[in-house]
Amino acid sequence: MAELIVISTLNGVLFGMLLFLLSSGLTVIFSMMGVLNFAHASFYMLGAFFGYQLTRWIGFWPALVIAPLLVGVVGMGVERYGLRNTHKHGHVAELLLTFGLAFAIEEIVSMIWGKSPVDYRVPAVLDFPAFTVFSTNYPAYKIFMLVVSVVIFIALLVTLKRTRVGLIVQAALTHPSMVGHLGHNVGRVFMLVFGVGSALAGLAGVIAGPSLVTQSDMAAYLGPILFVVIVFGGLGSLPGAFIASLLIGLIQTFAVALNGSLASVFGPLDPSLGPSPLTDIWNVTIAQIAPILPYLLLVLVLIFRPMGLLGTRES
Amino acid sequence: MRKLIVAATAALTVLGGAASAQESIKIGYIDPLSGGGASVGEGGLKTFQYLADELNAKGGILGHKVEIVPLDNKTNPQESLVQAQKAVDAGVHYITQGNGSSVGAALEDFVTKHNSRNPGKEVLYFNYAAVDPSMTNEKCSYWHFRWDANSDIKMEALTNYMKGQPSIKKVYLINMDYSFGQSVRTAARKMLGEKRPDIQVVGDELHPMLKVTDFSPYIAKIKASGADTVVTGNWGQDFALLLKAAADAGLKVNWYTYYAGGAGGPTAIKQTGLENQVFQISEGVPNSGNKAAMDFEKDFRAKTGISVWYPRAVNEMRMFKAAAEKANSIDPVKVAAALEGMKFDVFDGGEGFMRKDDHQFFQPIYISSFGSLADKTKEPFDEENTGWGWHIVSKIDTAQTMLPTTCNMKRP
Repeated sequence: MAELIVISTLNGVLFGMLLFLLSSGLTVIFSMMGVLNFAHASFYMLGAFFGYQLTRWIGFWPALVIAPLLVGVVGMGVERYGLRNTHKHGHVAELLLTFGLAFAIEEIVSMIWGKSPVDYRVPAVLDFPAFTVFSTNYPAYKIFMLVVSVVIFIALLVTLKRTRVGLIVQAALTHPSMVGHLGHNVGRVFMLVFGVGSALAGLAGVIAGPSLVTQSDMAAYLGPILFVVIVFGGLGSLPGAFIASLLIGLIQTFAVALNGSLASVFGPLDPSLGPSPLTDIWNVTIAQIAPILPYLLLVLVLIFRPMGLLGTRES
Repeated sequence: MRKLIVAATAALTVLGGAASAQESIKIGYIDPLSGGGASVGEGGLKTFQYLADELNAKGGILGHKVEIVPLDNKTNPQESLVQAQKAVDAGVHYITQGNGSSVGAALEDFVTKHNSRNPGKEVLYFNYAAVDPSMTNEKCSYWHFRWDANSDIKMEALTNYMKGQPSIKKVYLINMDYSFGQSVRTAARKMLGEKRPDIQVVGDELHPMLKVTDFSPYIAKIKASGADTVVTGNWGQDFALLLKAAADAGLKVNWYTYYAGGAGGPTAIKQTGLENQVFQISEGVPNSGNKAAMDFEKDFRAKTGISVWYPRAVNEMRMFKAAAEKANSIDPVKVAAALEGMKFDVFDGGEGFMRKDDHQFFQPIYISSFGSLADKTKEPFDEENTGWGWHIVSKIDTAQTMLPTTCNMKRP
């Protein structure tokens, strides 16, 4: 049991940190531009595929740096030539643009790399068990993922809270016209933020690719859960996204580990009732409903605390 | 005058030829071409297109060209019904599907209803991989034919093999949460209980179908249970990801699987380093030793870039041709009648037959394990460029695969 708890905690934190890498960009972009970027998970997928391709050409370590930068450039392009032009038509147009973009990216990726998973492997230097807890190996690569996410988290926090760039970004969040009057190029700030957010998603893709399967539908799996994270944490709140990511990572991992069901608490139903929808519900284990728990949380949060955990506004 | 007649006859022949060439046999391929099942659906499509080309190169079926119509069902039963209706409206009389018994059951029901309401416009459903036993038992339909051994047949063979492995003490069952996964777990529990009552089932997991992105929580649970063997019917990415997570955690157990060879599976096994610890049950393997099959494999790989993962699809298409020729018609009603009870030499050698009682095809099946290939001349085929391939560890003859059916077939 102790083994299960330790391993589940590690797995949960890791999944949480991965979610954070993605949601941090999404939430900052949202708070700055008011756009919920539906294509955010697609940038994550692009990161994974760029990472895979560059790893084949020039090796994993250069790919780790170049692939996120490329994704960042793509992101900036989307902002500069897509979102900025649709901005004048309002948020719905922007939302639809990112929505369409998500589909377009998925199709393009499957056209180039096919729909089957690609063979994106953990680099040989990191392909060893970092340590053994009880008798389970914990792969070094997962520790590497954890370290990268923590470093990014700290860097992001320091940049936003302690540097001049962060100051301007924060100011542009709430008072874009004032920042513009002070001589800053707000358009460029937006573009850079969008680029950095996409690059972070790309980085998440590069490091998650070898660990999860890299294929053209990976964006569709992670997309919905990202929205849960940022709504749960509070739209626009970076610490909120951090807490929500970890919480959702841990909840999902621990729910899987539990075998409890109504039957195990209250005893099995009278067999004379025979098979019915009721017996199905009675015997369903927590493990089986694990994947819907985050969405259940989303619904509860929206009902009882619409601004999210650390959010500041109601919208 | 005579010249005119000759010319007219020639013209008519040409026109007639053109007309019959236009009247191609359309086969609606209803399987996932997007979403979590896309990797296997794409492989299936390539296989059927290759087989259609093969038939067409030899003059098609009774002079009719065979055309595969790909329809994406996203592994979703409702979507499949929409696609099936679309196919029927476009003049399709044969549909084929394999991935997901949830989809299979819906299609079986669809053809049964459609055919009773539209006499003269019958549609046949050729099933190449949906293996829920109920489809040829309580829910059986005259219009449905299945070329893959059903889940109970496979489990019977797997447990017969497991019976002779004394090292198996604790078994963990992990399956996808839908009709097929549930039938795998039920059959495994029942058959292991009968054949090896000393084996302890230490876990019985159902997880959401094609939705889990990281299986490490499940692997931690398997590890904690102390299992030495895992039995799973997982396919597509649910198998690849499961194995990948096992590799990361260093879980060294034996795997008894239905679909380890699917896209991504072999790569994950190689990464885990589980040499000869992963077993698969199928109706054929690339290194079967059968010359015709291996020549086919070579050409297939050269043209499609994937390995022959559906020998049953080969059987299906070739047998379709044989049945149409036997009936001397491409009318679905006559083809169905010809298929009933039909004997057929299968792809990897040996004789199979389509049982009249339930339209289940019986054929020799093989248990194979995955590992490095010692003799490259005898076993030339590896999988997904891993250098490892399948070798047969046990063959089960057609006669030993026969299970009784409860089907009460309603004939038209």
